Amino acid sequence: MTAIEVHNLTASYDRHPVLWDVDFEIPTGKLVGIIGPNGSGKTTLLKSIMGILPIDSGFVKLFDKPLDDVRNRVSYVPQRQSVDWDFPATAMDVVQMGRYKKGKLFGRLSKLDRDIARDALKRVGMLEYKNRQISELSGGQQQRVFIARSLAQQAEIYLMDEPFVGIDAASEAAIVALLKEMRDEGKTVVLVHHDLHTALEFFDWVVMLNTRLVASGPLVETLTEANLRQTYGGKLNLLTQIAHLVKSQEFPVREKEMRD
Amino acid sequence: MDSNLIWVLIGCALIGAGASIVGTFSYLRKEALVGDAIAHALLPGVALAFLLTEEKKLYVLFPGAIIAGLVSMWSIQMIKKYSKIKSDTAIALVLSVFFAAGVVLLTHIQQGDFGNQSGLDAFLFGKAASMLPRDIYLFVSVDLIIVGLVALFYPYLKLYAFDQEFAESSGLPIRLLRFGLSVLTVLAIASGIQAVGVVLMAALIITPAATARFLSARMHHMLAIAVVIGVLSAIIGVYISYLTPSMPTGPWIVVVLSFFALSTFAFAPKKGIVHRHFRRIAHQRKIMDENVVKHLYHMSGSEKGIGLGVLSAERQWGGKQLEGAIKRLVSGGLIFTNQGHVGLTDDGQREGARIVRLHRLWELYLSERMNIAEDHVHQDAEAIEHIITPELEQALLKELDYPEMDPHSSEIPGVKEMKSYES
Repeated sequence: MTAIEVHNLTASYDRHPVLWDVDFEIPTGKLVGIIGPNGSGKTTLLKSIMGILPIDSGFVKLFDKPLDDVRNRVSYVPQRQSVDWDFPATAMDVVQMGRYKKGKLFGRLSKLDRDIARDALKRVGMLEYKNRQISELSGGQQQRVFIARSLAQQAEIYLMDEPFVGIDAASEAAIVALLKEMRDEGKTVVLVHHDLHTALEFFDWVVMLNTRLVASGPLVETLTEANLRQTYGGKLNLLTQIAHLVKSQEFPVREKEMRD
Repeated sequence: MDSNLIWVLIGCALIGAGASIVGTFSYLRKEALVGDAIAHALLPGVALAFLLTEEKKLYVLFPGAIIAGLVSMWSIQMIKKYSKIKSDTAIALVLSVFFAAGVVLLTHIQQGDFGNQSGLDAFLFGKAASMLPRDIYLFVSVDLIIVGLVALFYPYLKLYAFDQEFAESSGLPIRLLRFGLSVLTVLAIASGIQAVGVVLMAALIITPAATARFLSARMHHMLAIAVVIGVLSAIIGVYISYLTPSMPTGPWIVVVLSFFALSTFAFAPKKGIVHRHFRRIAHQRKIMDENVVKHLYHMSGSEKGIGLGVLSAERQWGGKQLEGAIKRLVSGGLIFTNQGHVGLTDDGQREGARIVRLHRLWELYLSERMNIAEDHVHQDAEAIEHIITPELEQALLKELDYPEMDPHSSEIPGVKEMKSYES
């Protein structure tokens, strides 16, 4: 079964086109790496899938349905640096935010919600820090709190943006073990990952990206030297120039009647 | 106290409460300056409402202020969206353009022939005394709306303030939340234009929240403390300005607010300047005392102890500094003094051994785990020996497997005994 279908997706960040006609599918129950250099559109891709950024053309389907129909089955872990960790909250406060869903009675938490949040925090090994101010946690601990918040949403697809950036080795090992566990439970876990030096072998499936799709498929067949060279060997010069023109001249990147 | 003053105090307390609540969200969303821009931008709305109605009652001018506030917010959004101008510039532009328009209109009104225009300039710096008892209804309504909506949607608003992208990915209606908060902000600011004035209203939005952040670790505590500070400042400020009738209210409220804020920045537990200063002094004393004990341990002189002069020459310690340390160590039972000589007691011997042990353990850790050359580790260990806690010492011992020798092949005191105790 297909977990995520990205169809002919073109998307811009701040009017600058960063994804061109990206088209791939991800099967369920896989641990998937979206890999590519900085500025290759990985984060934009995740945000487009989650409906946070408007897309210029194409569509995304999750379990064959549009996002709004299956929102409760998808969970998103933003980049750790995207929030201010000096916010007045404890680790538990943040994890409980995973239970504030639309459709609940004004976000009030039940006993069950609290238990779910507690279990999530326990699963990432952070239960003893539940009352700790989030500003006092280390980078790796903050990342684990973020993942726990996502776990508390009890989804089937998890999209995580760079969960390994700026964390200690112990947290990294704990997170990798947890991700494998989730995969073995049948969840689809998609990570944005830019660092080629850390282990890639724990992925089952890779999507290789550099403003356009380079390759997508099972790890062994896809992570070839030729594909790696294309992904990390610099941007396509002409494509970059076109993108620059679109932004500086304020051209539309798609004609109106050609958006699907 | 006359009854009018009581009404005015209640009114200003209500204004302070509403402003502090929306201000907490502005502060956490890092939109402090937006509040200032809105406050200034209300002036043309007030002036236009007066020109249209020739009334200067608050409930007549209030709708004009609300409209001007919403237009100013919308203008900031549009400038950000459709031009290359960045947020801070957009806010500054809207603030100055709207405020200038307001002052022009106000001047026009004052030179015109409107009969009852006098006192309209109170909207610049506030004049709480011109509040009417019926204005209270307005403040109560504004506060009910703010408290009601914030209480009802608190979880969503908290999530939105902390992590907008996650809120959006969870399916929360982000635009509605943003719009709702904007309207509440405009309402809260507009309710203060008469008592506090447009120029200084921003202080009542931001200062309570900034102060409360110093005193709280969780968001609902921060909200509660902000409200207390906002209400108290409003009441005290109004009361002072009431005693000196020629004074405008706004500046007095800001003076009281700033007093609260500055005392908090100075005296807050843990984060305050004073606390941090004393902690620094305590650290310096601890380092000094431990160094004295360590040197006595190394010198381990005769029964009689070591001459003070010899000891002070060891590190070029000043007389006063050394005297203080000796006083503290004697009362702690770690050293004894005897006719100008000092020596370690039994407890002092143990303490000296502990410090030297920590020093050598850390040197070993640096050279074994961090591959630092043996002749480079001493300086580092000189500082770290004062920091290592008993728990960290245990962890170090375990990690290094109870070593008995340091990188310079000196014995690490006490490890042998600890090892036999462990096994």
